[in-house]
Amino acid sequence: MKTKKLNLTLNLFAGAALAFVGLAMGATSSYAQDGSTLRAVKSKGFVQCGVSQGLPGFSNADDAGNWTGIDVDVCRAVAAAVFGDADAVKYTPLSAKERFTALQSGEIDVLSRNTTWTLQRDTGLGIVFTGVNYYDGQGFMVRKSLGVSNALELAGASVCTNTGTTTELNVADYFRANSMDYELVAFEKADEVVVAYDAGRCDVYTTDQSGLYAQRLKMTDPSEQVVLPEVISKEPLGPAVRIGDAQWANIVKWTLFAMLNAEELDITSRNIDAKSSSSDPAILRFVGKEGSFGENMGLPNDWAYHIVKQVGNYSESFERHVGPNTPLGISRGLNALWKDGGLQYAPPIR
Amino acid sequence: MALPTSSTEDSGAGRLLSWWRNPEIRGVFFQILTLLIVIWVGWTVADNTIQNLNRLNIASGYDFLEDTAGFSINFSLVDYSEESSYGRALLVGFLNTVLCAGLGIVLATVLGFIVGIARLSNNWIIARLATVYVEIIRNVPLLLQIFFWYIGVLRALPNPRDSLEPIPNVFLNSRGLIVPTPILQSGTGFVFAAFVLACVGSFFLWRWARLRQQQTGQQFPVFWTSMAMIVLLPLAVFFLAGSPVSLVLPELKGFNFATGSTLVPELVALVLALSIYTASFIAEIVRSGIQAVNWGQTEAASSLGLHRGQTLRLVIIPQAMRVIIPPLTNQYLNLTKNSSLAAAIAYPELVSVFAGVVLNQTGQAVEVLSIVIAIYLSLSIVTSVFMNWYNAKFALVER
Ligand SMILES: N[C@@H](CCC(=O)N[C@@H](CS)C(=O)NCC(=O)O)C(=O)O
Repeated sequence: MKTKKLNLTLNLFAGAALAFVGLAMGATSSYAQDGSTLRAVKSKGFVQCGVSQGLPGFSNADDAGNWTGIDVDVCRAVAAAVFGDADAVKYTPLSAKERFTALQSGEIDVLSRNTTWTLQRDTGLGIVFTGVNYYDGQGFMVRKSLGVSNALELAGASVCTNTGTTTELNVADYFRANSMDYELVAFEKADEVVVAYDAGRCDVYTTDQSGLYAQRLKMTDPSEQVVLPEVISKEPLGPAVRIGDAQWANIVKWTLFAMLNAEELDITSRNIDAKSSSSDPAILRFVGKEGSFGENMGLPNDWAYHIVKQVGNYSESFERHVGPNTPLGISRGLNALWKDGGLQYAPPIR
Repeated sequence: MALPTSSTEDSGAGRLLSWWRNPEIRGVFFQILTLLIVIWVGWTVADNTIQNLNRLNIASGYDFLEDTAGFSINFSLVDYSEESSYGRALLVGFLNTVLCAGLGIVLATVLGFIVGIARLSNNWIIARLATVYVEIIRNVPLLLQIFFWYIGVLRALPNPRDSLEPIPNVFLNSRGLIVPTPILQSGTGFVFAAFVLACVGSFFLWRWARLRQQQTGQQFPVFWTSMAMIVLLPLAVFFLAGSPVSLVLPELKGFNFATGSTLVPELVALVLALSIYTASFIAEIVRSGIQAVNWGQTEAASSLGLHRGQTLRLVIIPQAMRVIIPPLTNQYLNLTKNSSLAAAIAYPELVSVFAGVVLNQTGQAVEVLSIVIAIYLSLSIVTSVFMNWYNAKFALVER
């Protein structure tokens, strides 16, 4: 009789627990409806931003847990536009393979993690890309002692890279197209690739060229590494949001455009206050003194002012994190403004 | 006349009440209720998922398994190339999981039994060493141990151009262990036949020897005779058939060996780490199993004149097995599941290939994970069923 009673209680308990789980599951829906993301972001008071697990120059945390990098600046700029406070951001470090699930499930509001814009990702994953904050391409890095000067000499090589990336597909295409044998060794985390490559598991490390410059800094002997001249793919890296919320997609899209337009208009974090009192209508529209461009997106009218004041224009962000005067030492190249011979071109604010 | 009516009514309510008081009926009622709730929860979750997927515009269904994978896998037991399908990649991952779990289970069992018995040794040093092994290994996180072996193994090995050649035509370097690839020609069938024949022969020999011992008390060296049979018979046939296997020797070309078969360091590191780790738990299970056998059994065995080895093998272990097998099954299941930590060292097993790469390339999270869950569940069930059968064989037969 005693055991029967216990059974009964257990049954009741299990039933209650199940019912609870069921209700919880039934109630959560991660689907983004127009306007819902901005409302949710405003009510929690910060932007939840998906970043890498540590890629210097793009998204990297220092010892105190402060995130910096050009991808981080996108998050900060979004927060500046929404709250007038670039610090209203929380970061979720994600491996390449986790990132899309995190965005789909609503765990993050923006994915800004050196992510390549491809057709499959843009159409098949329930996410949309909102722009390109860095034009990149995939490259190869080898040890100098290998004596290799071009990628066509890599037949038979062992190649280390990350799983869940465009990288592993490109490298397969490249070696197949050139009928070369190779061995692909694919790790989940970028740091694991660095350690294994450093320990001699692979002859070649392949990823986005910017990533090679960044990861090289983590090697035991960075000066012993050379990045080969070949670029084997197009890797337009940019932020992405969930599909279905056009308003939020616009906010993220125009945040990046604002940074680019600011550079084009010569507006910087240092001169924006002075420039605000100029009579140039383009600048007046930019800082929100003319028109109601912010309001149309559900933002305050001085959204772009806060972006530039607190985060800076595109050039400032680039020079601060990846430019020639940083350890990465990357020149603007493709990422120069269109009028300087690069690809960065933002539609006008008007 | 009113009485009977009311009494029927009474008995109706009474019957309901007495049903309710019947613990068996009540038990059934609650079980049905629980089942209904489970079904409802399952249905809600499925419905919710499907609706969300539709709204997010994510295609669902298992058709993607036929699409071209496009990525390469560096270690595979079956033919695989970039042109193969995602389904094929699933098979590669699955077989790699089974391979490393299988090897891990065998090694962990052997090592675990040795260490477990060593812990009970009368030799102070051996017993202490075994204790130190168990205490250190079980208390260091497995992922760390996997990295330790992986990086340790890698750093110790030279690059392909300076490969070690421990046996002629067998090479060892940071790309792995490269051995000649055997190419089977006609005639190998006879060698396999000889092997099977020798195994069957050994079985009958064992039966005969046991019967003879029961009847006459005479012993026969079954183990050594069988071993000789199993090794020598196929070998003899092999030579008689004119050595019907040719070898493709490893040859260094450019960066690496272009021919030969490679055992990748990731597999070695993973199997080492998994078996060494799990062996520390198995050792404790074995020790407790042996200690659970009454000391009187040992005394009885020695009074029959059995020496220590025989006592252990014939008296103690068979009885200890009954205590050992159930928790041992758990360890086997753990080992299989732990093999999914391989993603960290790039060993292409089920989770890293399928739940990692394929999930990421296709975005079919629900489908991919449902397959992975189903596979792990089946592996666990197969292991449990096998161990239960084995356990039933060892169970005390009460007479
Ligand atoms: N752009 C490629 C590759 C992105 C990627 O994962 N790159 C690696 C190597 S540069 C990385 O971000 N590592 C940093 C990390 O995993 O935290 C993609 O979107 O698939």
